[in-house]
Amino acid sequence: MAKAKFEVPELQEYPEVPKIEPGTMAHLETFKAKPEFQEALGFPGELVDNWQEQAIEAMGDMLGKYRSLKVYMDSCVKCGACTDKCHYYLGTKDPKNMPVARQDLMRKVYRRYFTLAGKFFPKLVGATDFTQEVLDDWYNYFHQCSQCRRCSVFCPYGIDTAEISMAAREIMDRIGVGDKYSNEIIGKVYRIGNNLGLPGPALEDTLEGLEEDVFDETGVEVKYPMDVKGADILLVTPSADFFAEPHVDGLIGYGKVFHEAGVSWTVSSKASEAANFGMFIGSYENMRKVSLRIREAALELGVKRIIFGECGHAWRVAYAFLNTLAGPFDFLDKNYPVPQHILEFTLDEIEKGTLNIDKSLNDDMVLTFHDSCNVARATRMGDKPGGQFDIPRAVIKAVCNNYVDMPEDTIREATFCCGGGGGLLTDDLMELRVKGAKPRMEALKSVTEEYGVTHMAAICAICKSQFTKVIPYYGFEMDQIVSVHQLVSNALILTGQNSEGEEDESEEDAA
Amino acid sequence: MSLAITVLFYVATVILITGLAYRIWVYAKVPAPLKIATTPAPVTKGGVVLRMFREVAFFESLFKSNKLLWLLGVLFHLGLLLVLLRHLRYFINPVPTVIELVQPFGKYAAFAMIAGLLGLWARRFVIDRVRYISAPSDHLILALLVLIGISGASMTFVSHVDVVGLKSFTLGLLTFDWKPLPSDLLLVVHLFLVAVLMIIFPYSKLLHGVGVFFSPTRNQVDNPREKRHLADWARKLEENS
Ligand code: HEM
Ligand code: SF4
Ligand code: SF4
Repeated sequence: MAKAKFEVPELQEYPEVPKIEPGTMAHLETFKAKPEFQEALGFPGELVDNWQEQAIEAMGDMLGKYRSLKVYMDSCVKCGACTDKCHYYLGTKDPKNMPVARQDLMRKVYRRYFTLAGKFFPKLVGATDFTQEVLDDWYNYFHQCSQCRRCSVFCPYGIDTAEISMAAREIMDRIGVGDKYSNEIIGKVYRIGNNLGLPGPALEDTLEGLEEDVFDETGVEVKYPMDVKGADILLVTPSADFFAEPHVDGLIGYGKVFHEAGVSWTVSSKASEAANFGMFIGSYENMRKVSLRIREAALELGVKRIIFGECGHAWRVAYAFLNTLAGPFDFLDKNYPVPQHILEFTLDEIEKGTLNIDKSLNDDMVLTFHDSCNVARATRMGDKPGGQFDIPRAVIKAVCNNYVDMPEDTIREATFCCGGGGGLLTDDLMELRVKGAKPRMEALKSVTEEYGVTHMAAICAICKSQFTKVIPYYGFEMDQIVSVHQLVSNALILTGQNSEGEEDESEEDAA
Repeated sequence: MSLAITVLFYVATVILITGLAYRIWVYAKVPAPLKIATTPAPVTKGGVVLRMFREVAFFESLFKSNKLLWLLGVLFHLGLLLVLLRHLRYFINPVPTVIELVQPFGKYAAFAMIAGLLGLWARRFVIDRVRYISAPSDHLILALLVLIGISGASMTFVSHVDVVGLKSFTLGLLTFDWKPLPSDLLLVVHLFLVAVLMIIFPYSKLLHGVGVFFSPTRNQVDNPREKRHLADWARKLEENS
């Protein structure tokens, strides 16, 4: 079990809603962005002198641009339906991590400066001045929200705390207080093309390496092409897929599926990143700028379709926002949705029968599936509502014999966030990440004990990185987390592949 | 007294109507720049109308969330709705049959409403999380509604009010042909509190009754891939670059 400087929550067999313990997470403040990172995104380098005035002005501006913010500031009745829905509250017991209390950090400022009641009777309606203390709370607790939208499912008005924490981060950026993790990464995307800062030649090497690995293993020349003009499909995938585990096994899987489907595809060195952290910081402008790279790459390469790899928030930006931010995509093939998810593509091929699958190759595992919050509650796959739940499961079940779901109130639209989404996947927030993973860990533990589940499949780069890092704190092993396309890759027998016997041998050699 | 209540009602009505109209105008004017429906969401407009109907008529999301809270909320709101319908008989002459039909339910709905309110209020003391998020105004609004309910129900069940006199007063308000208010302390208290409720309505969390219809997570069609969605201010960004 990993060592921790904080108390790792104990997993409960029958999870209970904890009693509130004010202030348990007040100390946790993620690193602030240095001036150079701030300025690269068009924000002031450090806290401006008249920050209070500017923050109120920025808030007024946002209230006039986002109906969600305006309506949600006014409509909450403090019914408390959301108070036990946030994984960060359940894991930390800090009442400011209850969705309504998180919103109230902004609402009390909104009421003070933008409502009659708050101007005249601040105490009565819980309004306060925007003081340094309030700003500190904003910084800490709006960076303890993974923007997972679980609260919005259960609120009678659909109040989405994610919208509020995005707006709060934008307001803070505009007065010069940004968070290092997200803002530095967005800068890397502008300078180099992806979150990890991998330059084109490094990517090329990695992809060649993958081709060699797959050839060694199967004897088939599967290509992992980059910047190929005139390819049919542009694959946009999170940069973690190029080397992190288990992400890269997923990328190997996409390549095999494309190979068997007989389509031509390419990744782009310019748009070598599906992630779009502009969403996390609530900045329409930055989100748009990051998205436009994909449009440019598609135009330059002359592709006909765009397909996204496994990533949660990236699929949200792609599915729900890309057409808005970087459309219209009338230059692409109209017979396919723009963009498409790799799982939509793979399920199509499975249904067409182009893939030769031997499910028994995954028989060493009993699987369950973690619905990524952004995919589950902010997007769709296929043409029916709920396809985002059914399509990944259909693919897993088509390539694996042993599959069970985790408890009903922890999956599908009620899924719990992995604990690391929304721009919080940084080591300085490890305490929050571990505690926030508690509800998911409880669900995983229950199916482990009841059904002997050995592995949890995920379709998000952040979920995969977060889980491999935090599950050791709860007594699981890193390699219990797998990519869905890793499962596909395991079970897919390529045309002309070495016979199974040889493959088994090489596996034994490696062991 | 009669005059004071008459004036107060006109003031309250003007505030309620202009206040609400202003809110609705603001909500309608502020764009929703991105598609943010909470999915799974309907893929057609008709589907969205149905979703909204289930939300407003059955409190669908609240039901998923918390059964006890749902029950108390329904008791209160359904009670309130029936009581309001029953009140229409003071404003319409002759009384339509529909309203006649709800009379017997409307009478007892007051109890459902009060019971629901007391249950909701109890949560604000008993559940530590709800206590934490409650501001004084949350308690005051509940107190106001409970008092309205109790003063109203007392007139129906305890000390009867001169209904004929009251009706000529209310019709007088509508036709600007003012008639005296029957002198009855309970009635004056009841009407005063109702006027207060009308005045605070557009300036308080009671706005949720309007807000729900404008909530983008609930009222958007899930079709971003099929149809390009673009706000005016966002279009300007495109033109400038
Ligand atoms: C127009 C008159 C309305 C009034 C005077 C009113 C009043 C209230 C009040 C005072 C509360 C807070 C209860 C508490 O403190 O716990 C509340 C809550 C709530 N209201 Fe309304 N409401 C109205 C309309 C609506 C409408 C149209 C809806 C439809 C969605 C609605 C749905 C809810 C829900 C779901 C709650 C939360 C659950 C609860 O606390 O009962 N209300 N309402
Ligand atoms: S569920 Fe919605 S209305 Fe109720 S307290 Fe939470 S945010 Fe407010
Ligand atoms: S969006 Fe998710 S992390 Fe943020 S308050 Fe809601 S439930 Fe918690």
